[in-house]
Amino acid sequence: MINLDLHKRLDGAAGKLQLHIKLSINKGDFVTIYGDSGVGKTSTLRMLAGLMQPDSGNIQVDNNTWFDDKSNTGIAVQERNVAFLFQDYALFPNMSVIENLQYGLRKEQDNSIINDLLQIMELQDLKNKKPDTLSGGQKQRVALARALVQKPNILLLDEPLSALDSKTRIRLQDYLLQVHRDFNLTTIMVSHDIGEIVKLSNKVCILENGKIAKQGLPEEIFVNTGVSGKFKFTGEILKIEKQEVVYIVTVLIQNNVVQLIAQASEISNLSVGDKVMVASKAFNPIIYKI
Amino acid sequence: MIDWTPLILTFKLAIVATTLLFIIAIPLAYWLSKSTSKLKIVVSTLVSMPLVLPPTVLGFYLLIAFSPNNVFGSWVNEWLGIDLVFSFTGLVIASIIYSLPFMVHPIQSGLSSIPKSITEASYVMGKSKLTTLLKVQLPCIKTSMVTGAVLAFAHTIGEFGVVLMIGGNIPGETKVASVAIYDEVEALNYDAANTYSLILFAITFCILLAVYSINGGYLKRFWK
Repeated sequence: MINLDLHKRLDGAAGKLQLHIKLSINKGDFVTIYGDSGVGKTSTLRMLAGLMQPDSGNIQVDNNTWFDDKSNTGIAVQERNVAFLFQDYALFPNMSVIENLQYGLRKEQDNSIINDLLQIMELQDLKNKKPDTLSGGQKQRVALARALVQKPNILLLDEPLSALDSKTRIRLQDYLLQVHRDFNLTTIMVSHDIGEIVKLSNKVCILENGKIAKQGLPEEIFVNTGVSGKFKFTGEILKIEKQEVVYIVTVLIQNNVVQLIAQASEISNLSVGDKVMVASKAFNPIIYKI
Repeated sequence: MIDWTPLILTFKLAIVATTLLFIIAIPLAYWLSKSTSKLKIVVSTLVSMPLVLPPTVLGFYLLIAFSPNNVFGSWVNEWLGIDLVFSFTGLVIASIIYSLPFMVHPIQSGLSSIPKSITEASYVMGKSKLTTLLKVQLPCIKTSMVTGAVLAFAHTIGEFGVVLMIGGNIPGETKVASVAIYDEVEALNYDAANTYSLILFAITFCILLAVYSINGGYLKRFWK
């Protein structure tokens, strides 16, 4: 259980901002913080990690006080045992992949976890390489493996996949989901990608002007139509074409391009580039072995 | 045959001063690269002063400060038994101050160039600031440290004004190569002056050539 109640004055690119975050996160949750840039998403993660000092408020984690300005408590970043994934991977350039992982070992910690993690992240073949010879996706896999060496309880992700192409992204999302479950983590992610949020998280908080404007299930937050579909996919509109009396809407769902038929009234508020949900209620799906 | 003592003394001075500078410069550069204190601007200015100040000015004030007639000089003399004026120890201290910017600046800019996320990743992994400095930050800026050390070394070899003011001209104690050249020229001994000059010229050329090769990446394949 994580309880945050934090105030922080930020001098960002978009001017001054009074950040006030009040948030409860259950153990095992995968929470995403969503919002425009400069609204304090990253600052929230940094304050939780201990990399930034809040002006006032408190942080409670499993009945421990990590920060409280009233009792003057502040646990150092080194003592919090959180894992943090940075957007630029932050691998140590002077160390090979395996040395990056070994660096995270605590005194007298069993080093068998290193090999386990190399295996889970499929990094064995790369273990003696230096970070600057790896691709972006490989680097982030190393960073994720390295973050897990210290067996953290909380994983913080600061737009970890935003610099990657969509194929690598989807693969890494699967890794993230896997470690979130296998390592019993409470994960908090900052992301801009609605598809990613719906796929990974079970709770989303929308941050606007330094405050949480809305929170809840990602499907509920991002879709307002109240569809109770059996099959639901989120995608992005690539093209809208008029054909005779109907419209053909081309939607990118993950890696697949799907064409859907829509009425003029349905597409009236849709345009190319919109994020949409494609759902279907009454139909019989056909299953093929692949 | 020329007298080799001034050359040997010059290199002894450069090695001792560079070694001590290295130890002093790392914490100083670390503090300068991280600090947000108001004192930082004053300290940065003081560190950079030897770049623009005539060496004689520095030598003059050190001479006054180190003088046994002075509080500081007499204190050092009495308590540590060290005479700072016209002695090798005094030369070392003067050289450290004189070459400080050449060592501090490369290390400071090296440390500042490391992305913040790299040091933060180390802190999040439970590592102290000292461990992070020794295991991550300093290994990342090896070339900056080599540049700093070599420049400080070369600059110490080349100093003249400070040495003459504070050290004088005692053979085997404070008579370094640059002073020896001045001496020989004054005595119209151009051959000896030429030999010393040529040796200094060749050595400093080689040192700087090495620095540029390292920084330009020409030596990378041998270096790594």
